[in-house]
Amino acid sequence: MSVPTTSPLPPSAGIIETEGLGRAFGELWAVRGLTLNVRRGEVFGLVGPDGAGKSTIIRMLTGILPPTEGAATVAGFPIEGGEEQLKTRISYMSQRFGLYADLTVEENLSFYGDLYEVPRRERGPLEERLLGFSNLTPFRKRLASNLSGGMKQKLGLACALIHKPEILFLDEPTNGVDPASRRDFWRILYAMLKEGVTVFVSTAYLDEAERCSRVGLMHGGRMIQCDTPQRLKQGIPGRLVELEAGQPRAALEILSGRFDSGHVSLFGGKLHLYADSEEEVAQALAALGEAGIEVLGAKSIPPTLEDVFIQQVTHTPQEAVS
Amino acid sequence: MNRPALSWIRLAALVRKEFIHISRDPRSLAMAFLMPMILLILFGYAISMDIKTLDLAVYDQDKSAASRQYVEGYQASGYFRVAGSIEDYASARAQLDRGQVHLALVIPSHFARDLEQGRSPKVQVIADGTDANTATIALGYAEAVTNRFSTVRQHATIELAVDNRVRVWYNPDLKSRWFIIPGLIAVIMSVITALLTSLTVSREWESGTMEQLIATPVQPIELFLGKMAPYFVIGVADVLFSVAMGVWVFGVPLRGSFLFLLGVSSMFLVGGLSLGILISTVAKSQLVASQLAMILTFLPAFLLSGFLYSIDNMPRFLQVATHVVQSRYFVDVLKAIFLKASPPRFLAEDLAFLGLFAVVVFVAALRKFKKKLT
Repeated sequence: MSVPTTSPLPPSAGIIETEGLGRAFGELWAVRGLTLNVRRGEVFGLVGPDGAGKSTIIRMLTGILPPTEGAATVAGFPIEGGEEQLKTRISYMSQRFGLYADLTVEENLSFYGDLYEVPRRERGPLEERLLGFSNLTPFRKRLASNLSGGMKQKLGLACALIHKPEILFLDEPTNGVDPASRRDFWRILYAMLKEGVTVFVSTAYLDEAERCSRVGLMHGGRMIQCDTPQRLKQGIPGRLVELEAGQPRAALEILSGRFDSGHVSLFGGKLHLYADSEEEVAQALAALGEAGIEVLGAKSIPPTLEDVFIQQVTHTPQEAVS
Repeated sequence: MNRPALSWIRLAALVRKEFIHISRDPRSLAMAFLMPMILLILFGYAISMDIKTLDLAVYDQDKSAASRQYVEGYQASGYFRVAGSIEDYASARAQLDRGQVHLALVIPSHFARDLEQGRSPKVQVIADGTDANTATIALGYAEAVTNRFSTVRQHATIELAVDNRVRVWYNPDLKSRWFIIPGLIAVIMSVITALLTSLTVSREWESGTMEQLIATPVQPIELFLGKMAPYFVIGVADVLFSVAMGVWVFGVPLRGSFLFLLGVSSMFLVGGLSLGILISTVAKSQLVASQLAMILTFLPAFLLSGFLYSIDNMPRFLQVATHVVQSRYFVDVLKAIFLKASPPRFLAEDLAFLGLFAVVVFVAALRKFKKKLT
């Protein structure tokens, strides 16, 4: 191996540290003012809609996109100047399938093993294990182009893990993947965590964010909140009430007129209402009654991350974003 | 940086991967061989500077034995065919206008009388100048026929002061194909090499595999050599194939050393493949890459390499510009090896420039390539 495997990092320091990191494309800032500290062994989730700047952050941290301002160190190396060293310790799975469609499962895996100069002796058992993990063993001779979406992503993950990276960067890895493969995927990630790998993952799925040890909420290039899923949910003020109404759409219209935007939203057939107090809940119920809409049920529920996200996004002043 | 210059494991993996791509894509492999074949056949048969038969309209106002003998000289030369006799200038004009004849020959009525009396009669040759090249050659032939007629007439009385015996070396019959085919091979190869590598790199940018690659410890030099190695093999096969076609299909003699030809081709291929890589550092889509490769190789190779048009006849600034055209040196060397059997030391300057081009372009590509997204 050309590079020593020990990281020049004291164990207490963050394995990813950024300070005022920003990237502009022309006039437009894709990411701005990102200050972050990710600890070793964490699963850090970057959550936000498309265009929130998630991919840009991951590309900067993997050393393939130079930042416009600010600085960051990854595995102890600066992303500007130390990018070639940090690349030996990390793995990156881009949002697009980045493997070779005309190579077989096995060929892709051994190609990535060679790129990271994994010694041949260690390669065999490791390849077997990764293929077994991802249920790809029966498909090892199959061309990557003939794999299903979920299998492709699992192959990508196997290729990313072949050199035992310290940090795994995953850009929306389960986008468009069937639920069964998504479960497989997370099972592999948890197994990796036990071996001390740090995972930095972006996702648009809020249920996946719940699985992370910490979550950063991205909106318009800014990280508007960053905490454990638990604390994020506890942090929203007031209470969340789930209403079951006879005509949910009509009810939504009436309540939207009375409450600030973001306080009322439709989840499936049910309404979620943020209320500052019991009084407000009573007022809402009265308003629906006046309009002749039957309320079948109303109960307090614990908020999900989705609720937090919607509430946070609508409460973030615009000037903080742009 | 204390990193080793190059990892053989990575390089071997990249080369192997590239060979797999090629072997699983028979269409692009077929293209690598069909392209030179089709181009050679198209250009090899289409471009010809030889003039076989020139059609001649004769307006003989004299109708004497002498004038008939003079016209006979045109027929006998083998270059002219008397397409018909005409009786006035109007028909000469009409036939030239319609492109039925290349030349019109007008013999004045006192042709025989002037010859008898020792005066030089004047004849008129009118040529169709829309094709200047053919017209120039036709007029040259007409002049030769006339000179020959005059000397034969005078021979009895005057001894010639200088007896001029002309010999053409290397291509005694002045077959244009003999110098076109070697040059054509150079032109075709310069287009193909740049196209092959620029496409394969830009394809990786397009498909997203490059984004994945640049996030690994792979080094640009490994990436480039990995891309070039398989296409070098294909390039050598292409050269051999084209040379074989030149010799066996077009009958061009290969007089020089075959090994020398292979060596020079290798130098040329390294430069051409590097140019393709350099193009791909700028053009990250296959469409742009192929357009750039065509513009940067085909036009200069066709016009500025001396393949068809002699560099010596170009204006000074263009002559200077031809020095950066890689195919210029390859055209020169290939013609020399094919026809003159020149040894390497006679071609030292061309070889030096070919080597310099390869090194400069490869280093430029290395410097230009960044493992970054834009």
